[in-house]
Amino acid sequence: MTALLEFSQVSKAFGGVLAVDELSFTLDRGELVGLIGPNGAGKTTVFNLASGVQRLSRGEVLFRGVKISATSPTRIARSGIARTFQNIRLFRSLTVLEHVLVAQSCRSASLLTQMLPFASATDRTLRRQALAVLEVFGLADRRDELAVHLPYGGQRRLEIARAIATAPELLLLDEPAAGLNDSETAELSGILETLRAQGYTILLVEHDMNLVMRLCSRILVLNFGRLIASGTPAEVRGSQEVIDAYLGVAD
Amino acid sequence: MNIYLEGVLAAMGINILLALSARAILATDRLSLGNAGFMAIGAYVSAYLTVSLGWDLYPAIAVGGSAAAAIGLLVGLPVLRLQGIYFVMGTLAFGEVVRTFFQNFEPTGGAYGMRGMFGTTLTMIYVFVAAFLVLFLALGRSRLGYVADALHDDDEAARSIGINVDLLRLLAFAWGGLIAGIAGALFAHYALYIESGNFNFLVSANAVLFVILGGVQTVWGAILGAVIFSLLPEGLRFLADWRLSAYGVILVGLMILRPEGILTRAMLRRLAGFFVRKP
Repeated sequence: MTALLEFSQVSKAFGGVLAVDELSFTLDRGELVGLIGPNGAGKTTVFNLASGVQRLSRGEVLFRGVKISATSPTRIARSGIARTFQNIRLFRSLTVLEHVLVAQSCRSASLLTQMLPFASATDRTLRRQALAVLEVFGLADRRDELAVHLPYGGQRRLEIARAIATAPELLLLDEPAAGLNDSETAELSGILETLRAQGYTILLVEHDMNLVMRLCSRILVLNFGRLIASGTPAEVRGSQEVIDAYLGVAD
Repeated sequence: MNIYLEGVLAAMGINILLALSARAILATDRLSLGNAGFMAIGAYVSAYLTVSLGWDLYPAIAVGGSAAAAIGLLVGLPVLRLQGIYFVMGTLAFGEVVRTFFQNFEPTGGAYGMRGMFGTTLTMIYVFVAAFLVLFLALGRSRLGYVADALHDDDEAARSIGINVDLLRLLAFAWGGLIAGIAGALFAHYALYIESGNFNFLVSANAVLFVILGGVQTVWGAILGAVIFSLLPEGLRFLADWRLSAYGVILVGLMILRPEGILTRAMLRRLAGFFVRKP
């Protein structure tokens, strides 16, 4: 069986700097994989390449065995890859519920059906589904508030809810726990477990090592754009290369 | 109705259409300073059809508007690749190219302008205003309205949920072209005489100004802006030579006092709440 996502010898150069250097890895369906590494290791670049925001310099990215490295972000999103952003990017004029509704409509794609007013029957079904999504993320009771008025943790959760609403197969989460307090992190961790149980494949970039070690079945470690270790949490934790990358090496 | 009042109201109606056309494009987070170009295309194409080819007015308006929309699609393809002030410059150039083209294009009178058009009534102008307003309100409530809000707020996030940002921008640009084109056709058959100078840069700039001062967040802002700033210069006539200076001062004052425009979404919501709330 082909892997869900495959990076094959991927490099990305910004001027003379190689942000990603000959990177190869695969994700299988249903996996929750952590992608970690020191700041500037190229984690977000990996996300940008997988979601089509940036074009790679060499190599190729395959999704379900199909090359997507020259596909537009819109098409990639429609084909089943959804992402969140490290610096939260919500729509400032939309309410919580509207975020989910808008994201759903990427699938009911026809422009004409989108122009119809909100009252139709399919619309009621979609609205019910949207509320169900908000329920999972604990946002249902704030559905009519502007998203930017949510507390920080709520905004992070809404970013994931919006991504889920596009009905993706692969979810790219860019530091979902950044800036969260302990109880919010616990809540997030519960949500991630639910999503994994529901069968989503997740690639998780995160600095919270407790979260990563506890949730992920496999961990990829990047440093200077290269894959320096990969394996189970226990294997990665014991790797000398990883310890050196994080703590530095004495001269 | 006396002729002066009718003239003021007709100009106001045309201005409302121009404001709607500017808003159609602004709603996708792009500022066009070339809508007078679309207006010129609608005006000259429809005038050529009625005067030189003897067409009826309505089909001529339809074709004039469609021609502007079609040019919008063609011009939008390359120009929408530009961002920020470069897009503004691109549309500005487009408007000037169209104006100069008609200044030199002999079949539609060139520098002499065109005459012989007639038939636009005040009622006609406001039927079009009402029709476009209804369309805007309906679209605003549709799923597409929320999609437009999303891409206006954040391009990259919109793309990440599968919104075809580039296609929607292009369609919005053509939609703005259609409205300005129809405004031009109505104008040509109201004014009886047109020349390329009628469609200069200031017309485009005013259209944007109406929207920004009236409030960019809602359609009503665009309409209110066009109404107020069409009537204000008339209301200031008692100031004689100081009229336009006073107009300028008022504009600046407004920008300082209400940078989001006169009407905002929050304000509309408060107003709605005020009327709906039970005593």
